[in-house]
Amino acid sequence: MTTVRHAMTYFESSARRYRYVFRGSMFASFLNPILFLSAMGLGLGQLVDQQTGEAVIDTFSYVTYLAPGLMATTAMSTGASDSSWPVVAGLKWLKTYHGVLATPLTVGGLVLGHVAFVFTRVLFVSLVYGLVAVAFGALELPRALLAILPAGLTGLAFGAAVMGFSSYLDRDVGLANLFRFGITPMFLFSGAFFPITQLPEFIQPLAIATPLWHGVELTRAAGLGVSTSWHPVLHVLVLAAFTVIGLSVARRKMTMRLIS
Amino acid sequence: MPSDSLVVAKGLTKRFGDFVAVDNIDFEVRSGEAFGFLGPNGAGKSSTMRIIGATSPASDGFIEVLGLDPEFHGSEIRQRLGVVPQEDNLDPELPVDANLIIYGRYFGLSRSLIKERIEELLAFAQLSDRAKDKVDSLSGGMKRRLTIARSLINQPDLLLLDEPTTGLDPQARHLLWDRLYRLKQDGVTLIITTHYMDEAEQLCDRLVVMDGGKIVAEGSPAALIQKHSPREVVEVRFPVGVQEGVVNRLEDLGSRIEALPDRVLLYTDDGDRAAEEIHKRGLFPETILTRRSTLEDVFLKLTGRTLVD
Repeated sequence: MTTVRHAMTYFESSARRYRYVFRGSMFASFLNPILFLSAMGLGLGQLVDQQTGEAVIDTFSYVTYLAPGLMATTAMSTGASDSSWPVVAGLKWLKTYHGVLATPLTVGGLVLGHVAFVFTRVLFVSLVYGLVAVAFGALELPRALLAILPAGLTGLAFGAAVMGFSSYLDRDVGLANLFRFGITPMFLFSGAFFPITQLPEFIQPLAIATPLWHGVELTRAAGLGVSTSWHPVLHVLVLAAFTVIGLSVARRKMTMRLIS
Repeated sequence: MPSDSLVVAKGLTKRFGDFVAVDNIDFEVRSGEAFGFLGPNGAGKSSTMRIIGATSPASDGFIEVLGLDPEFHGSEIRQRLGVVPQEDNLDPELPVDANLIIYGRYFGLSRSLIKERIEELLAFAQLSDRAKDKVDSLSGGMKRRLTIARSLINQPDLLLLDEPTTGLDPQARHLLWDRLYRLKQDGVTLIITTHYMDEAEQLCDRLVVMDGGKIVAEGSPAALIQKHSPREVVEVRFPVGVQEGVVNRLEDLGSRIEALPDRVLLYTDDGDRAAEEIHKRGLFPETILTRRSTLEDVFLKLTGRTLVD
């Protein structure tokens, strides 16, 4: 119970803090979907649609197929970046987490509050994405809004898992590698741009092992009304597992570093 | 335990793997006093502070802070502590006042109460006109004062200051001492770690000298000087190459003599007489300086002159 109370306190502080630093990220929230939907959806999409694309991606135009996938990848990158540099800064570069731990707050409260705030931010970013996609004619209401929830879960899973990862780091080279070898390949090959059945068969299990694929599956199902590859509950469970494991790793490792 | 002790430690020990950072120490901090941990780098001061601050569990021994065991009541203890860490950990992207608001909320204080206190605290820290400026734009001394202001947001019973003036210029240090002295006047109990002797002499009612994780001396600054060093020190400097040949002829002039590479220190109760005697013996040093013994002399005697990195 105390942990939840502390998490709420930390959540509130994060929100208050965000009021001072939101400008840059807000701009990105609007600009990213516009750029990606224009370039990949409309520009590239027309070529795809003229060729044989529709055979692979059901009967949707490419921009429509792409929109929920991009919503999920945006949720991923929001969750991942909010839990990467800021977390290492709190632990090491600015040591602001040491300041937090000098108050009644506990590591558990800090970790939970941080991830809860990331979740909220992901939901908001996804909402913006959904509205932009509607403006592009790529998605329709109310399904565009329905997709926000699975996108939020995707961002939550990444927010927690990346926090667990970041809690081990001292330097930004680890973070650069995370994005270079983890986030970017996932972005490209986890089913957001094309079905993973297009991948060589031996690579497909790799895509299935990533949380992003499950997030894309759920978000696309919610946004387009298509069915998921697995039972939706299984996809949710995978995302939940990444969340829970990320949270507990972060809590354990950060306790070792902050309370030592 | 007497009711006026805010911290009691017995046999307190902290190990990191094989390394013993704090080695079986006893001390007690009484309500209203300014208590100092003095020692070179790596003496175990900061480790001790973190144990008191309930952010580092003791490996062994007994510790009670505000009547509670920090291992099991960390949150409750920290609710009543103010902590000024060795390195500032302010949020550089936020304005000065937002740093205080957010910190106050961590203690569960109401927004209106925080607003009230911020005004007082910024005046105290002489930062009232910088309230809306980003912390990034403050000087080192200002950041330090803001960190101290922040540590007071919950009106703590006990304030922990880990090397509060390290890295500041003399003006900023004197301003900080003045602020800390006022806190003491207001009845706030202070625990200070420092390796500045003047700081310890200015601020501490009582202190312990730590070295290699152990307490090697304790008492008031004056009592420590009296106990561990004669009243005066004569610093004698000879031309290059002369000192080695004459140092043995000075040995009987003080209760203790210390030959440094560039000068000889004579510890004596009457510095002027020793200086006279040097001339009588036909020795002609380049300079002779007689001064009062300071805590620094005690410190160097107890912890040695070897550089600790």
